[in-house]
Amino acid sequence: MKHVNKVRPSVDGKGLMMGKPGYTDDLAEVNSLIVKVLRSPHPHARIIKIDKDKALALDGVECVLTHEDFKRIPITRAGQGYPEPSPHDKFILDDRVRHVGDEVAAVAAIDKETAEKALELLEVEYELLEPVLDFEKAKGNKSVIHPEPEIHEMFPIGLKPEENVAASYSMHVGDVDRTMSECEVILEKSFYTQAQAHTMMEPHTANARIDYQGRLVIYSSTQTPFHVRRILSQALEYPLNRIRVIKPRIGGGYGGKQCLHGEFLIAAVTLRTGKPSKIVYTRKEVYESTFSRHPMRIDVKLGAMKDGTLKGIDVNVLSDTGAYGEHALTVFMVAGSKVLPLYNKVDSVRFTGDIVYTNHTPAGAFRGYGAIQGNYALESAVDMLCEKLGVDPVEFRQKNMIKEGETSPIFEIMGEGTEGTAMVMESCKLEYCVDRGLELIGWKDKYPRKVMKNGKIRGVGMGIAMQGSGIPYIDMGSAMIKMNDDGFFNLMVGATEIGQGSDTILGQIAAESIGVEPDKVVVYSSDSDLTPFDTGAYASSTTYISGNAVKRAADKMREMIIEEGAKALEMPVSETDFDGETIKAGGKEMTLAELSNRLYYNEDQKQLAAVESYVGTKSPPPFMAGFAEVEIDPGTGKVVLVDYAAVVDCGTTINPALARVQVEGGLVQGIGMAMYENVVYSSKGGFITNNMMNYRIPTRKEITDIQVEFADSYEPSGPYGAKSVGEIGIDTPPAAITNAIYNAVGVRIMELPVTPEKVLMGMLKKEKENG
Amino acid sequence: MIIRTKVNGVSREYDVRPDEYLVDTLRNNGLVSVRRGCDTTSCGICTILLDGKPVPSCSYLSCRAEGHEITTVEGIQDEAALLADCFGHEGADQCGFCNPAMALTAYAMKRELKNPTDDEIRAYLVGNLCRCSGYVAQHRAIKAYLEVE
Repeated sequence: MKHVNKVRPSVDGKGLMMGKPGYTDDLAEVNSLIVKVLRSPHPHARIIKIDKDKALALDGVECVLTHEDFKRIPITRAGQGYPEPSPHDKFILDDRVRHVGDEVAAVAAIDKETAEKALELLEVEYELLEPVLDFEKAKGNKSVIHPEPEIHEMFPIGLKPEENVAASYSMHVGDVDRTMSECEVILEKSFYTQAQAHTMMEPHTANARIDYQGRLVIYSSTQTPFHVRRILSQALEYPLNRIRVIKPRIGGGYGGKQCLHGEFLIAAVTLRTGKPSKIVYTRKEVYESTFSRHPMRIDVKLGAMKDGTLKGIDVNVLSDTGAYGEHALTVFMVAGSKVLPLYNKVDSVRFTGDIVYTNHTPAGAFRGYGAIQGNYALESAVDMLCEKLGVDPVEFRQKNMIKEGETSPIFEIMGEGTEGTAMVMESCKLEYCVDRGLELIGWKDKYPRKVMKNGKIRGVGMGIAMQGSGIPYIDMGSAMIKMNDDGFFNLMVGATEIGQGSDTILGQIAAESIGVEPDKVVVYSSDSDLTPFDTGAYASSTTYISGNAVKRAADKMREMIIEEGAKALEMPVSETDFDGETIKAGGKEMTLAELSNRLYYNEDQKQLAAVESYVGTKSPPPFMAGFAEVEIDPGTGKVVLVDYAAVVDCGTTINPALARVQVEGGLVQGIGMAMYENVVYSSKGGFITNNMMNYRIPTRKEITDIQVEFADSYEPSGPYGAKSVGEIGIDTPPAAITNAIYNAVGVRIMELPVTPEKVLMGMLKKEKENG
Repeated sequence: MIIRTKVNGVSREYDVRPDEYLVDTLRNNGLVSVRRGCDTTSCGICTILLDGKPVPSCSYLSCRAEGHEITTVEGIQDEAALLADCFGHEGADQCGFCNPAMALTAYAMKRELKNPTDDEIRAYLVGNLCRCSGYVAQHRAIKAYLEVE
């Protein structure tokens, strides 16, 4: 392969580094009205009255919107396949607020200062309602968060709003209770995971204008431009064919932009005033008023035989979706469907639970999408079981984990919101990943612990993980390639570049398939008027789904070139070949530039263009093994991550440098979840971690050594053997790091994140117990 | 009020409000490479060079810039291109939102520190947060840009 599995600089990195305008707010109309939102200071309240007269009277205020200005159309803000598996439980503006930071009203003014002043002039009378702030007490609570009659599900997801239940789920393979009764050793534990905030560097941003054809043009910092167009059209009852959504360059998403936020209000302002408008979320709004990761309580029961054979897994999950149910069911299901098949040799499995509403900031999609939560619980429980059994945790995994050529019945039972799809692991190098990771971390010499000369204690721990590559039969990607005169190409894709490098790797796939140099392929992505459809950048779908679509379109383009070349050279197609620059047949030849110029200016004139699409019939999982080495100060409980080794099987890496940084970036977000990050509320439901000073993400001082390697792997159904790689990196750190801490000092962290206090208190408690 | 500054080598006068921050003044005057990331001087995305030193422009009142020299990435295009090549080789670009600020800080470090150690590089850049890359690829790229082992 000439261009695939090769490091190439990204197509846009240099221009962006040099400061070229490219992000949503860089492209707002200069005279846009500034839209600002009045947000609830209360976690749960009914709005009795909003007096907007004073705000409207302020010079420079163009528009004030409250719930009275919108028809009550229930929607979901989740950017998902349609019909969505999320409840329709949100109105653009409502007479009830359900979390601190929920929208109350919006103003549009000529500048920021006027808009902010207008917000102060809005007088709102609230009736305070009892908030539900403990997710373990939400189900059946007398305070009902969604009493509105309009709330509904698009298909059965177990929505019971009267009980504060956004969705419920239950599945089983075999008879778990019977398996457990036959097991020699049982382990039963509960784990808690916290809410994590995406903290992408570019805040949520959108702007709107009416173009010279009278159409509504939205620029949005989104991962799902086509879902934005559809949901806007439904929510505003505005014809879909009169909306154009452009996704410019995006400053990070990680799932946090797989939703709609500011788009509704700027669209409404521009439709009402006829004037361009824009919104840029403040960082406080990003934290309080968008989404975070679903906190969960995960009850795990494992049953095994004394010889180290895992026989049964029983998992019950309670998930906190906050005020609205975006991604509620699907994140919950992924906590099972992309975790449990790791141990596919069991006799029986059960996975059940509820996703409940609370008066917290809503949870949504976030890289890992439930898998990181489930992985932490299962991979911690496996280490605990191994200790009980007296078997080596690495050997236990090597014996019980999924391997190439194998399957799990869970794939067929669990999809995302619906049934799944049966599949056999045609590529699974998990055994290699474990073996290589052991070498990279130096496990043999370090396991389980070492006391250093300075008194600090080091330990190593590990975990294995899997993710997916798109959602079978739902996620669709498409690509259009047109040839231009002088023999270069436009590749137009609906796939959504959000900084992960998809424009670059899709261009590499196209160049490989057509057979030309990558600089002959100009990539343009995600403009609902100009590019073909794609569900968007989520569910680790782009490389696999959109990549397959690009490969198909590029293969077709190559065939067209050979066919037209053969015609021009007056030779049969079977004797014609194309080497990337020249079409040759029987001693005659013609360059691609000559052929294209002939086609566009001289003879047999026609446009060459190929359109193809791809829907997955399976979702081949990328796999990885992660190994952590930690150093603990026994005097303070402070944990330092000394080393992290990750070995990943994502099939062929289309661009090894970009794939590596996808893993590195995912790992550091996972390390953040394990050790640093926590969304914290006050006892009254106030949002404490609403800025970057008290919501702490890892800095470059904490992250020193990370080793990432890829297994030599080839997925037959993927483009050039590739699987997706966007999410897999995030999954292992919580389990590997907490397992390492246990191996070092014997303290088991059952509730994330790890803090020095938890470690120290655990050590003191242990000391006391041991007398 | 009117302030007189030199921006990327050119004398400029800006009419600013007394409570206006430099990030908004520059951005509103077409220098859109200067971006706001956090509002609390935590993320480093709004970094500019003031008389050659990195300064977060989101907490620097525009009126204080009177008489000073401001450099944005538009003023160090050759250096930004050099750093971009190093980033490109490592796949460290990612979303790119923080990269103009990264270029300015790395350029200031190049002029200020001779043969910095790994820890010195991390300390100099610690105020430039990145959520995409996990830092290690950036670190490799920045070392290549600084031509240190």
